[in-house]
Amino acid sequence: MGDGVWLHAIARDLEPGAIDGLAGVAGGTVRTVAAAALVAVASPVDLDQFGEEPLRRNLEDLAWLERVARAHHAVVAALARAHTVVPVPLATVYRDDAGVRAMLTQRRGDLDAVLDRVAGRAEWGVKMYAEPAAPAQSSHDVPAGPRAGGPGLAYLNRRRAQLSADEERWQRAADEAEATHAALAECAAAARRHPPQDRRLSGRAEPMMLNGAYLVDRRSADRFAGLVASQAASHAELHLELTGPWPPYSFAAADEAPP
Amino acid sequence: MTSIAVHPAERASLVDLLDRLLATGVVISGEVTLSIAGVDLVYVSLRALVASAGTAGTTGIIGPGRP
Repeated sequence: MGDGVWLHAIARDLEPGAIDGLAGVAGGTVRTVAAAALVAVASPVDLDQFGEEPLRRNLEDLAWLERVARAHHAVVAALARAHTVVPVPLATVYRDDAGVRAMLTQRRGDLDAVLDRVAGRAEWGVKMYAEPAAPAQSSHDVPAGPRAGGPGLAYLNRRRAQLSADEERWQRAADEAEATHAALAECAAAARRHPPQDRRLSGRAEPMMLNGAYLVDRRSADRFAGLVASQAASHAELHLELTGPWPPYSFAAADEAPP
Repeated sequence: MTSIAVHPAERASLVDLLDRLLATGVVISGEVTLSIAGVDLVYVSLRALVASAGTAGTTGIIGPGRP
């Protein structure tokens, strides 16, 4: 099927040497394709592996997906350290350079708007987990029902109280996640929530209540980290995880609404 | 207990990375690319794969739970 062009990121300009030594997702040399005063950073891929059908198959292969995702991320992260870039989502492939140039020309306005939005900023991730559920309460926590109801009714009452305690704890954690997200968004140029990660996939026993992404001015990074720490201190039952700085992956869409 | 953990993006977990690389909006679309529906299918099958392998805890893998 021949060669395809995998896109990593788009910038206005790059320092000399910015892409030196970078390898693309298939191990090929990273290069640039320029048009409309924009530069796309790309690497060669074989369409036998990266064409639509093979891609669909290969993305089912965990090891393949991880290798490709990390290789893509390595290129984007290397560029984002010293440049303003729009990261391109995984598996954006063109048939040739002419296709890339046509896209740059056609989407110039949107790309410029995104470049303006992310300039001088980095993305930070904040995940919040609830405490694991407490062991079931013993029976003396719940007053026994009227004697006439017998042990069956007492059991039902205890069970009901336990369920509503669980629900309350869940609701309280959800409220705290909401409040934390709002507080962090105050310190960010833009904010969004990714779906919480499944417990099997996060590798943690506690349910994830918040999977937030925040676009923060580079000069406010310390203030943002301080805010995360103070949120952690004021929500005693929750565990917070801060990741970053990320390239602005979560804020690369053209239609992103301001917070 | 209150706690905060900081993880640099260079040592990102794959699941955090894929949240960002797959589930985000697109400003451009390639000529050869997966539809959003295709990406959702990828998530579903990866989750099944991870669950059947029973190694989610040790390999730390994949994709957000879709609501």
